[in-house]
Amino acid sequence: MTAVLSSGVMSNPVFREPETLGGPTREIEFRDAIREAMSEEMRRDKRVFLLGEEVAQYDGAYKVSKGMLAEFGERRIIDTPISESGFAGMAIGAAMIGLRPICEFMSWSFSLVAADPILNNAPKMLYMSGGQWGCPIVFRGNDGAGGQLGSTHSWCVEGLYSNVPGVKIVIPSCPADAKGLMKTAIRDDDPVFFLESERMLGNKGHVPEGEYLIPFGHAAVRRRGTDCTLCSWGRPVNFCLEAAEILAKEGISCEVIDLRTIRPLDMPTVIQSVRKTNCAVVVDQSWSFSSPGGELAALIHKHCFDDLDNFVYRVHSDDVPTPYSSKLEQEYLPNVRKICEAVRAATYRA
Amino acid sequence: MHLIREFEVRCMQSYQEKKIGGFCHVYIGQEAVAVGCTAAMKHEDPIVTAYRDHGHALARGMTSRACMAEMYGKVGGCAKGKGGSMHMFDRPNNLYGGHGIVGAQTPLGAGLAFGTKYEDEVINGGKNRRVTLAFLGDGAVNQGAFYEAMNLAGLFDLPVIFIVENNGYSMGTAIHRGTSMSHDLCIKGRAHGLKEATMDGMDVLAVYHDMHELAEWCRANSRPAFVDMKCYRYKGHSMSDPRKYRTREEEERHESNDPIGKYEQSLLAHGVITDETIKSIMASCREEVRDAIQFSNESPEPPMSDLYTDVFVEPWGRFPGSSQPDFTGGATNVCSFRATNGKEGLV
Ligand SMILES: Cc1ncc(C[n+]2csc(CCOP(=O)(O)OP(=O)(O)O)c2C)c(N)n1
Ligand SMILES: [Mg+2]
Repeated sequence: MTAVLSSGVMSNPVFREPETLGGPTREIEFRDAIREAMSEEMRRDKRVFLLGEEVAQYDGAYKVSKGMLAEFGERRIIDTPISESGFAGMAIGAAMIGLRPICEFMSWSFSLVAADPILNNAPKMLYMSGGQWGCPIVFRGNDGAGGQLGSTHSWCVEGLYSNVPGVKIVIPSCPADAKGLMKTAIRDDDPVFFLESERMLGNKGHVPEGEYLIPFGHAAVRRRGTDCTLCSWGRPVNFCLEAAEILAKEGISCEVIDLRTIRPLDMPTVIQSVRKTNCAVVVDQSWSFSSPGGELAALIHKHCFDDLDNFVYRVHSDDVPTPYSSKLEQEYLPNVRKICEAVRAATYRA
Repeated sequence: MHLIREFEVRCMQSYQEKKIGGFCHVYIGQEAVAVGCTAAMKHEDPIVTAYRDHGHALARGMTSRACMAEMYGKVGGCAKGKGGSMHMFDRPNNLYGGHGIVGAQTPLGAGLAFGTKYEDEVINGGKNRRVTLAFLGDGAVNQGAFYEAMNLAGLFDLPVIFIVENNGYSMGTAIHRGTSMSHDLCIKGRAHGLKEATMDGMDVLAVYHDMHELAEWCRANSRPAFVDMKCYRYKGHSMSDPRKYRTREEEERHESNDPIGKYEQSLLAHGVITDETIKSIMASCREEVRDAIQFSNESPEPPMSDLYTDVFVEPWGRFPGSSQPDFTGGATNVCSFRATNGKEGLV
């Protein structure tokens, strides 16, 4: 299937940080960044197509795919019935035979009804077939609590899915990263779970005009500091930055690391930072028990045991189903207050 | 029906005023379905439905106060503000939930029917013969779980009626764009041996009579059924849907066939009620909903401690050891739930 790639665009500009690309930028929304990445890749590679509920005629339930039907037509932007198990499985079959599907879950919460194809088929195909068949596919959609969506609609699926070998998990925190990481995800030959947040789709950020890709497994240091390393990914990175601002006024200097992908996980960047600050706080929106945050904390303990002045503090969602009430929900989520408290405790300033 | 309509109109206002959060799906246009169906059933017949659930809750007897306060996220709500619009549960009224995940309630419906049948056959010898109603949307028909539920119901002779509230759309997808054989939905039930019926969900009396007949057949024969309930959703899918996928003409055509207006006309024509009675019914509905909103405004926010209640019935189980280290992540064992009511039989 090589002829389906349009020619002349094979030199992949890979940049860790979009800023280093230089050149003009524009301020666009998170949703625009994802759309640009998908559209650019679809122009480049005819094997790429998008399917999911309401992605075509409705322009996407959250307008991420707005205008894509008009550009690419109904053969490539495909509305599906509410049959997650069926269409996720179908997309995996299509990936096995050589296509590169982007499969949208309106919310990752709904991917639970497709748990078997996405966890049992996609990540294990390569291994089970002894390397004969891989599964180049991107599953994407909203993850984590929206606003008062209640227990069934507020899943942080990274808490469940990061346990599974064979998947790559991308959780961007800003539009520029979302674009670069999505392009990488689409070109990746393995299954990629790309987790967006309904709460961030309208967030604006500077995104370079030129083409760039961000490699997986490269964390970004969002803020330099000397007293405590805050490690996070996705939406809570923004809370960490807010907390760091508040803590700076109290004389606590935080380094904020945005992991960007949790599988693969960029441990060297974390270790380097913790060796400097001697203190780490992990902020993870999933529940604490068996979570990626717990894994990261364990790894920090292992690699930085002699450097740490305190054990690694963790901030998670509370260990209860997501409540509907706005007051309870805000308190349930990792928030700026909880992060500040954890950092103060970790640095013995409480 | 008036109560539901009035309730939903005020619910939309409250959503706009940001008193209600999350997703909110109103039932306007479909009132005859919930009202006709529940009226045809016994109160002890279990009901389970999807997230468009305010109408079913009210028709089943939940108070406007409890329903509205739930959406306001207040302690006065049916689930103390923990469930929200999509997850209305009412134990005294045998409403086993609104369920947010499309199709999720259909196997539960089969399970409720399994439970009632088991109770009759194994526990207390065939007296109650309850029939379960499991409501779903036309879009939910395409969830795999529904087919598994129908197969189980057909296989195990479960007294459950799957009522497809066929309002023509799942979000912005017209039924023929998302569902094969959409001109003959009943074929899906037929494939699993379910008794089938097509009903006019815009006519409350027709719904009542047809459902009553069907339910009694299911009760007598302990068999499942499938209903293609034709209706129409007047408003958008949820509060943020501009409805660009259909025309105003189409909406007006259905609105002119309004179930409430039609029923009123027929009652008036038969001299059953007068204009005065209608006016006073409407006034009392308005008053009930106004009171519900006042109640919801005044009902307190849940205390922070509520975050940790109802996670487990007993975090350490029925037979805890002597030491209980604090490793439950904060969940406390405050919970009113008991698996049985202490008497013989199910709850
Ligand atoms: C498994 C799952 N997928 C997607 C959704 C999002 N969603 C909520 S309602 C809905 C449309 C359902 O339409 P229908 O079943 O016809 O019910 P109606 O809204 O018309 O009452 C969708 C796609 C969901 N809640 N659960
Ligand atoms: Mg529908």
